[in-house]
Amino acid sequence: MMCGVMGGFIGYRANAETVAITGGTVAIGDGSAPVAGTVVVRDGRVVAAGAGVAVPPGARVVDATGKWVAAGIVAGFSRLGLVEVDAVDPTNDGAARNTVFNASLDVANGLNARVPAIAINRSHGITRAVVAPDAAGSMFAGQGAVIDLSGNANDVTRPRAFQFIEFGEAGARIAGGSRPASHAMFRNMLAEARDYARNPGGYDGRSKDAMLQRRDAEALLPVIDGRMPLVVHVEGGPDILKVLALRTEFPKLRLVLVGATEGWTVARDIAAAGVPVIASALNDLPAGFEQLAATQSNIGRMKAAGVQVSIGTIDDDDPRMPIRTTQYAGNLVALTRIPGATGLDWASAFAAITSKPAEALGLGGEIGSLRPGRRGDVVIWSGDPLEVSSAPERLWIDGVEQSLATRQTRLRDRYLKPQEGALPKAYDR
Amino acid sequence: MYRRIGASALVVALAACSAAPAPKPASVSTKPATTAVKWNADPYPSTYKPYPAAPTAIRGATILDGEGGRIERGVVFMSGGKITSIGGPDTPIPADIAVFDGTGKYVTPGIIDIHSHLGDYPSPQVDALSDGNEATGPVRPEVWAEHSVWPQDPGFSRALVNGGITSLQILPGSANLFGGRSVVLKNVYARTVQGMKFPGAPYGLKMACGENPKRVYGSRGQMPATRMGNMAVNRGVWAKAVEYKKKLDKGGDVTRDIAMDTLAGVLAGDILVQNHCYRADEMAQMIDLSKEFGYKITAFHHAVESYKIADLLKANGICSAMWADWWGFKMEAYDAIPENIPLVHNAGACAIVHSDDANGIQRLNQEAAKALASGRRAGIVIPEEIAWTWLSWNPAKAMGIGDRTGSLKVGKMADVVLWNGNPFSVYTRPERVWIDGALMYDANDPKRRPVSDFELGQAGEGDTK
Repeated sequence: MMCGVMGGFIGYRANAETVAITGGTVAIGDGSAPVAGTVVVRDGRVVAAGAGVAVPPGARVVDATGKWVAAGIVAGFSRLGLVEVDAVDPTNDGAARNTVFNASLDVANGLNARVPAIAINRSHGITRAVVAPDAAGSMFAGQGAVIDLSGNANDVTRPRAFQFIEFGEAGARIAGGSRPASHAMFRNMLAEARDYARNPGGYDGRSKDAMLQRRDAEALLPVIDGRMPLVVHVEGGPDILKVLALRTEFPKLRLVLVGATEGWTVARDIAAAGVPVIASALNDLPAGFEQLAATQSNIGRMKAAGVQVSIGTIDDDDPRMPIRTTQYAGNLVALTRIPGATGLDWASAFAAITSKPAEALGLGGEIGSLRPGRRGDVVIWSGDPLEVSSAPERLWIDGVEQSLATRQTRLRDRYLKPQEGALPKAYDR
Repeated sequence: MYRRIGASALVVALAACSAAPAPKPASVSTKPATTAVKWNADPYPSTYKPYPAAPTAIRGATILDGEGGRIERGVVFMSGGKITSIGGPDTPIPADIAVFDGTGKYVTPGIIDIHSHLGDYPSPQVDALSDGNEATGPVRPEVWAEHSVWPQDPGFSRALVNGGITSLQILPGSANLFGGRSVVLKNVYARTVQGMKFPGAPYGLKMACGENPKRVYGSRGQMPATRMGNMAVNRGVWAKAVEYKKKLDKGGDVTRDIAMDTLAGVLAGDILVQNHCYRADEMAQMIDLSKEFGYKITAFHHAVESYKIADLLKANGICSAMWADWWGFKMEAYDAIPENIPLVHNAGACAIVHSDDANGIQRLNQEAAKALASGRRAGIVIPEEIAWTWLSWNPAKAMGIGDRTGSLKVGKMADVVLWNGNPFSVYTRPERVWIDGALMYDANDPKRRPVSDFELGQAGEGDTK
């Protein structure tokens, strides 16, 4: 083991061996159909995957006959690693209600690879996750990260990968109570940041009641000039159009939409703007007035309209339940058999939980598929990864095999027979 | 906008029972209530009437009868709103009736959700419509969920078309130790909640242990602020209820007490206790409480630690209504495991899959499939036809309606789902749903897709959902 080189990425531990996984059904994650084939990983990266791939001499061969071999799942929007127990406040680092800071908040400082959610999600085939802060005191929630689920302390694939912001109903509430207030707030903050950039010495930003602290102003500069994606949570069709229109004023914004329950109603506009969407897969209830048009066909219709769309789990028990990601993707395939509904074919559905979320954040060259050169994140599944009865049997991150044990498997093993034995349960491990 | 655990589970005043978010059930006779005979025991009676049902047969499907039976390429024939015959390929059916080809498909009893808040925490989730927790005092057996249910909740339609839900129990939330009465509904839209009420279904009493009541009232400096406070209040209330019932049984002059009527109904065995309770140790406390005062617990709901005391639950004939995989959102959910359902079943206790969630209710078949697979990986192999008991027969019995629905037996209500594949697969959805023999959903016919008043004239009206 050695620390890898960085270059925008923090040290991952490459595994200096060659592994060839043979005999399985290979799902690359790039939108191609599954094929019988081989996956070769060397020094922590994918060498080749698919049909007709040769096993290199000296490779350690793993037989996956009868199994599926698939790209690791990328949780497209989560709060994994930020929360141990939601209702136990000291363990919940998703949001900060009483701070003067906002855009400069960096979730990497709150990540805890030891929370059970990391191992449990890994045991469900998730190898990477987009982790966003939660907005509380400001519509600017702060900077999110992309992490791996190895559980190692150096599990941040890319820190400060994006700025996260709330528009729509939530943004309006936080910004003072109306949508106009949220738009005014957004424009004002960006204007303040520009003032700071023009003359840092002359910029206040030091007093507790300053509109924008210096650190926050600094954090917004890469957003304004497009070096950092701006991930916007927005649900309603009309709100989406207003977010897209921000680029007339701030042409370099690299927008990414999350949520987008009514995205299908404005899909052509989103496609024309070339803005990627990380959507909730199965919202079909008018849970709020910004989601009246909710339908499970949302993602299918957006994709049909040319939108680059992937699946995330925003505000959907996101500190713990990205484990549902594969089930959600499978449900979109189910829609292809419902008259009047629009779903995704299997390969597109699988891409929507692997390469597509990675591409939305500019990481498609690094993670999210088994194409050559990508990180060696590989899962051997007992069967079709999107089927609810399937489960991972072996899993690698950066070419390093990971444990699939969790607190839950320990509890299960202790209580397979509920009665005490020769000693109390507390001695049973 | 948070879903139930995200917010409601944590903010109980606005949330349902997972907030802050169960054996052989006692067979409950549907005899008229023995208590409160002095007063009308059914003052808000069901006006539900089955819709017209054409005689219909489904032929060639794999049938899971709900009670553990499985028939390949079977025949189900329904007429007059009832199951008329069920059997193998040679089962005779009359000529000149509607016959559906079920080749490659499955037929099951309609799914029954024992734990829902549709109507009392409806969509849209706005304060004006959040009516599930009378969080004004920890003891509120006088409130009735049916008086909160908004029959226009769009969630009922989603539960029908995606979930194959034909009956469901609507519960008050879990802010209170005594949350109030539940109501059992047929999943058929009506202008009034009375028009949805399952005729003759017994009432339930929602009780709650654990974190929610002590947090809600403790934060106000009121009792209960601790688990021992929870138990002390419970015991005091039951002691009074026992006295009240004694007076009633004597037949003298008794000042009517609406709250006590409910508790007396429980003591008489007419009202079923549906007890929100997560932890094994707390379930054991509640079992002793029930013995102290002489009532029966029908089901523990959520029951994420039932696997730790599955033997105790079996011995006491108590069902567990569980999720497949929810875990960790609060301390009392910290030890939830995905093998809970199969472990409880395997111990010979009664297992039920429940939703507590307007999204989850649309996928209870998938939740059962996850639980089934988790069990199989742990070496517990349960056949699909047995696992289906978690979805219809067990909940029906635990709601006191098992004599009329929950399985495909001759003479029972024709509450039937034709699935377009194996319902334990993620790729399968309901193709048609019959309730009392009436076709209430047909995936191929947009006119058989309910649209509630709320959604009429809105974006997405009548869309596939």
